[in-house]
Amino acid sequence: MFDIVSFIPRAVMQGIPLLFGSTGEILTEKSGNLNLGIPGVMYVGAISGVIGSFFYEQSMGGAPLNGFLAIAIPMVCSLLGSLLMGLLYCFLTVTLRANQNVTGLAMTTFGVGFGNFFGGSLIKLAGSDVPSVALPATSAFFSKHLPFAGNLGWFGKVFLDYGFLAYLAVIIALLCSYVLNRTRAGLHLRSVGESPATADAAGINVTRHKYLATCIGSMIAGLGGLYYVMDYACGVWSNNAFGDRGWLAIALVIFTIWRPNISILASILFGGLYILYLYIPTGTHMEVKELYKMLPYVITLVVLIIVSLRKKRENQPPASLGLSYFREDR
Amino acid sequence: MEAVKNAVRMENITKRFGTKVVANNAVNLELHEGEILSLLGENGSGKTTLMNMLSGIYHPDEGQIYIHDKPVTISSPKDAFDNGIGMIHQHFKLVDVFTATENIILGLNEDGKLDLKKASQKVRDICNKYGFDIKPDQKIYDMSVSQKQTVEIVKVLYRGADILILDEPTAVLTPQETDKLFQIMRNMQKDGKSLIIITHKLHEVLEVSDRVAILRKGEYVGDVVTKNADQQSLTDMMVGRRVSLNIDRPAPVNPQPRLTVEHLTVYDDLGVKRLSDVSFTANSGEILGIAGVAGSGQRELLEAIAGLYPVAEGAINFYDPNVDYSDPANKPKSLVGMDPMSIRKAGVAMSFVPEDRLGMGLVGTMGMTGNMMLRSWRKGKGLFVSRKEPEALAKRIWEELEVVTPSTSFPVRRMSGGNVQKVLVGREIAQEPAVLMTAYAVRGLDINTSYTIYNLLSEQKMKGRAVIYVGEDLDVLLELCDRILVLCGGQVSGVVDARTTDKRQVGVLMTRVGGGEADE
Amino acid sequence: MNKKSLFYLAKRDALPWHKTWLIRGVAIVLALIFCSLITMLLTGLNPVQVFSTIFYGAFGTARKTWVTAQNLAILLGISLAITPAFKMRFWNIGAEGQVLIGCLACAACMITLEGKVSSGLMVVISLAASLLAGAVWGFLPAFFKANWETNETLFTLMMNYIATQLAAYFIIVWEVPKGSGKIGIINQSSEAGWLPVIGGQKYLLLILVVAVLTGLMFIYLQYSKHGYEIAVVGESHRTASYAGIKVNRVIIRTMVLSGAICGLVGFLLVSGTEHTLTTTLVGGRGFTAVMVSWLAKFNPIGMIFTSLLLVFLQRGATEISSVFGLNHSFADILTGIILFFIIGSDFFTNYEIHYQRSGKEGK
Repeated sequence: MFDIVSFIPRAVMQGIPLLFGSTGEILTEKSGNLNLGIPGVMYVGAISGVIGSFFYEQSMGGAPLNGFLAIAIPMVCSLLGSLLMGLLYCFLTVTLRANQNVTGLAMTTFGVGFGNFFGGSLIKLAGSDVPSVALPATSAFFSKHLPFAGNLGWFGKVFLDYGFLAYLAVIIALLCSYVLNRTRAGLHLRSVGESPATADAAGINVTRHKYLATCIGSMIAGLGGLYYVMDYACGVWSNNAFGDRGWLAIALVIFTIWRPNISILASILFGGLYILYLYIPTGTHMEVKELYKMLPYVITLVVLIIVSLRKKRENQPPASLGLSYFREDR
Repeated sequence: MEAVKNAVRMENITKRFGTKVVANNAVNLELHEGEILSLLGENGSGKTTLMNMLSGIYHPDEGQIYIHDKPVTISSPKDAFDNGIGMIHQHFKLVDVFTATENIILGLNEDGKLDLKKASQKVRDICNKYGFDIKPDQKIYDMSVSQKQTVEIVKVLYRGADILILDEPTAVLTPQETDKLFQIMRNMQKDGKSLIIITHKLHEVLEVSDRVAILRKGEYVGDVVTKNADQQSLTDMMVGRRVSLNIDRPAPVNPQPRLTVEHLTVYDDLGVKRLSDVSFTANSGEILGIAGVAGSGQRELLEAIAGLYPVAEGAINFYDPNVDYSDPANKPKSLVGMDPMSIRKAGVAMSFVPEDRLGMGLVGTMGMTGNMMLRSWRKGKGLFVSRKEPEALAKRIWEELEVVTPSTSFPVRRMSGGNVQKVLVGREIAQEPAVLMTAYAVRGLDINTSYTIYNLLSEQKMKGRAVIYVGEDLDVLLELCDRILVLCGGQVSGVVDARTTDKRQVGVLMTRVGGGEADE
Repeated sequence: MNKKSLFYLAKRDALPWHKTWLIRGVAIVLALIFCSLITMLLTGLNPVQVFSTIFYGAFGTARKTWVTAQNLAILLGISLAITPAFKMRFWNIGAEGQVLIGCLACAACMITLEGKVSSGLMVVISLAASLLAGAVWGFLPAFFKANWETNETLFTLMMNYIATQLAAYFIIVWEVPKGSGKIGIINQSSEAGWLPVIGGQKYLLLILVVAVLTGLMFIYLQYSKHGYEIAVVGESHRTASYAGIKVNRVIIRTMVLSGAICGLVGFLLVSGTEHTLTTTLVGGRGFTAVMVSWLAKFNPIGMIFTSLLLVFLQRGATEISSVFGLNHSFADILTGIILFFIIGSDFFTNYEIHYQRSGKEGK
C-alpha cells in the first residue's frame, strides 16, 4: 500500500535542499551568471555550518547549548562560507570576465573538496569510530518542530512536522519570486540578465547587480547544504553524503523555467521522485530503483527540449546567460 | 515678430576620433523652441555624431552647448535627460521579453514601490495624448519595428523630455508608418516640444520639417526654411559640387550579360519586404554601381545573389563566359535556391566582398593563409586541407597589394582596416570570377588604399569581368562606374549612365520612393 | 554611469603565444607558492619538503609513475575528445556521461557475450559498442542544438546523470554476487574481452593509444578539412555560411565524433585497465577535462602539459594527505586553487588596464 502520509514529509525533506539550491541559482541566473559552482557552494555552506557548530559544541564541553547560539553560529558560518564562494565566482567572472562554465566547474571541484577535506579533518579531530561527525545537540535545535504537530494527525505530519529551515526555504522562494516579478529591483535585475547593454544604457549598474544577485544566491544555496546536514541528516556529516543534489538543484532551475514559486512544488516533486523507489514495491528487482532515480533528470531534459521547441519567449533562459559583459563590446 | 527662443544652441562644436578623423568641425546649430528641424546630410557627414553629443554618448572636444540659453555640460545620457533631451537611436535598446511599460520605466528610480498599473496608465495617457498605437502590456518581441520605435519615443516622453532627437526614424518604417510618425511628430510639436529629425530623405524633409540644417563631411553648410527649399536646392547643399577624383575609366569592351536579376523579391525573418521586384543585368567589362541610402536593400540584394538570403520570388541567372549563349541549347544557370556551396560546386565563378569584413568575409583570429582557405578549403586531397596554394596566394597578395603584416599567419583581426580589406579583396579577385560583387569596398579606408581598390576593380573590368560596386560616395560612383543602379526602399528607382548623369539626378533618385524611369 | 575612475579597461588584441604562456606561467608559480603555503600550514613541512613529497607521490617509484601515466592518459583522452566541440564553441560538459555510457556499453558486451564469442571478437564488438554509445550521447544534444538552439550546457549536464543511473541500473542487474551491488572484476578467470597487456606493463597499451590519439587529434584539428570547418564555425556562423560550410552538419558531426572518442576512453577504461563497472569510474574527470582543454586553449599538444599539471598535483597531494593523515580531498582543494589562479590570469591576456591621467572620459 502506498503510504502517502509518510511519503510526503519525506519527499519534502528531500526537496528542501533542492529548493534552497534552485532558488539561489535562479536568482544568480537571472543576473546572467550561470553558476555551475552551486554544488560546490552547497558543500561549503554545509561544512561551514558544521565547523561552526562543531567548535561551539566542543567549547561547551557537553554542557547544554544556548538555543540562540546553537542556531546562529552555524547559520552565520554557513552564510559566510557560501558568500565567500559567491564573491570568488563574481570576482573571476564579472570583474575578470573569465569563462563562466570553467569557473563554475572549478568551484565545484574546489567546494566539494573543501567540504570533504574539512569534514574528514573534523572526523579525525572528533576521533570517532565511524567516518562521520555527529552534532546531535545542534541538530536538535534545527529540527525542532511545533510541539503540537504530532497531535494533528495527517495534517500535522504533512504540513507542520518540519524544522524551521524548511519553512524558511519556502519563504525565501516566495520572497524571491515576489522581488523578481513585482519590484523595481527585480525588474532591473532581470534586465541585466536579459540584455546588459540595455540595462547599462538605462543607467543600471550591471556589475553591482551581478555581484549582489550571485552572492545572495550563493548564500541561499549554501543554506540548502546546512539544512541537509543539520535537519535532514540529523546533524551527521559524512563525506560525499550530500551527493549530486547540487546538480539536481540546477536541473530544477530548468524544470521550473526560472520561477522560484513553482520551485516550491517542483522541489517536493523532485524529492519525491528521488525517494519514490522506497515506496514502489519492486520485489526482487532492486535495479528498477535506479531507473526511478533517473526520472528527475529525464523529466528536466524533456522540459528543456519542449521549451526550446515551443520557443515561447518567456520560458527561455535569460538571454545573456553565460556571457560576460564588457561595455566596449556593444 | 517676436524673437525666437532657442531650445538648443550648439556653438563651434568639434569632435575628433583619434588624431585623423574629424567627425564634426566647428559646427553651429540652433533648434528653436517648438519647431521641427531636419538635420540633413549624406552618410558619414557627422549628423549622428553631432546628435550623440546632445544625448550624452559623446563629449565634444571643443565648443559649448546651450539648452534654453543656459550653458550646460552633458556627459552622460542621464545628464541629457536632466536637461530634457531624449534621443531615439536607430538601434533600439529594449529588453525583448519585457512589456512596453516595463521597458519604459526601466532604470527609473521613482519613489514608492513598483506600480506597473500606475505606470501603464501613465503610458496610456501619453499614447492617447499624441496618438501612439501601442498596448502598454504587450511584449516587445510581439511588436513590429514601428511599435518598438514607438516604445522608444514613449520612453523619452515618459521621462519628461521636451527636446526630442530622432535618428533616421523612417529608415525602418513603411510609407504608411512614416505618415503616422510624422503626424505624431506634429502632435508633439503642437504640445510645445522641439524636435530634430536626422534623415537623408529629401521628400520627408520637405514634408515634416519647419527648417533644414545641412551637414557635409562634418561641416555645417547652412540652413534654410523648408518652405523656401525644394529637392534641387537641398540636394545641391547636401552633395556639394562635384569633386574630381581622376579615377581611370576606360570604356567597356564588348559587354555581354553575366548576371541577370529579374523581379527579385525577398523578405527578412520578420516578414518585412526588403527587396521588391528588382531587375537588372550586370555585363562583362563593366562596373555596375549600386547607389542608395543606407538600408535600401543593398545588403539583401548581394546576399540573395550569393545564396545567403532566401529568395521569395524572381530569378537570378548566371552566364558562364566560356559558354556560347547564341546557341539556344545553352541555358544560363539559375542561382535561386542554391547555397554558397552548391553555387561553387556548380562552377559559378562569382566572388563577393561583403560589407561585414571580419564578421562574414574573414575569420579574424586566423592569418592571411587561413583566410585564403575560406575559398579553397574544399580543394585539398582527401581529408586534408592543402596549405600550399593558400600560402602561396597569401604571399602573392601580401607582396602585390603591399599588405602591412608581420607574417601570413598574423591574425587579420589585428591588422588595420585598409590591410584587412586588401586581404579580402585580394582573395576574391584571385578567384578569377566572372562576376565580382563588392559592398562598401572602401568604407573606413584611407585615400591611398581606396585608390588601390578602385584600380583593382578597374583592372577586373578590363579583364572582362562583371563588377558590381555597392557604394555610398556619389563622387566615386560617378567616376568609377559605367552604369549606376539606384535603389530606394528596396526598389529600383532608376538605372543611369554614369558618364552622363550628375550627382543631383542620382540624389533625387536615391530619395524617391516608388521607382520608375529616370526622368530628364 | 559616468564616474571617472583612475583606471579603465580595453580589450587587448591577441597576445603572442609566448607572452600568454608567460602570464600563465607566472600564475601557476604564484598558485604553487600559495598551495605550498597552505600545505605548510597544515603539515608543518618546509616548501622544499612539500614539493619533494608531491614529486615523490607522482614519480617516486616505478609503480607510482605508471599510475600517474595512466591517470594522465585517461584525463588527456577525455580532454582530447571534448576539444573539437569546444573549439566550435559548443559547451559540452557531458563528457562524464559520454565516457560512462561507453564504459557501460563495453561492460555490457563483455558480460553478455561471455562464452559466446572469442575474446578477440569480443574486444572488437565492445569497442564498436562503446564508440556507438558515446556517439549517441554526443549526437542528442547536438541535434537539438543545431535545429532548435536547445542550450547544450544544460542538456549535456542532464545526460551525465541519465548515464549514471543507467549504469547504476545495470550494475545491479549484473551484480556478482547477488545483493552486493557490485559487478566485481568482469570475466576474471577467462579474461575474455580484456585488452592484451603489452610489454609486460598493464597501462602501456592505454598510454600508447592516447599518445596516438593526441597526434591524430592535433592533425585533425590543424590540417584536416573538418578541423578547418570547426575553427570557422567556432568563430562565426555567418562567415562559415559565406564560405559554404553547412553549420548544422558540422555541429552534429563534431559532437558525434566527440562522443565517440569519449566512448573510446570508456572502452579503454573497462576493457583495458579496470575490468569492472562502477558509477564513479569516470570520477569527475569529464569535468576536469573541460578545464584541461580550455586551459590549453584547445591545443592537443598544450593539453599534455595542462593535464600533466593537474594529474601531477592530484597524485602529489594524495601522497601528502596519506603521509600526513590528511583527507584525500586535499588534492581537490589544491586543484581548485591552481585553476582559480590560471582562470584569473586570463584576464591579463585578454584585457589591458590603462591608467587615466586627466579627467578625460573613459570611453
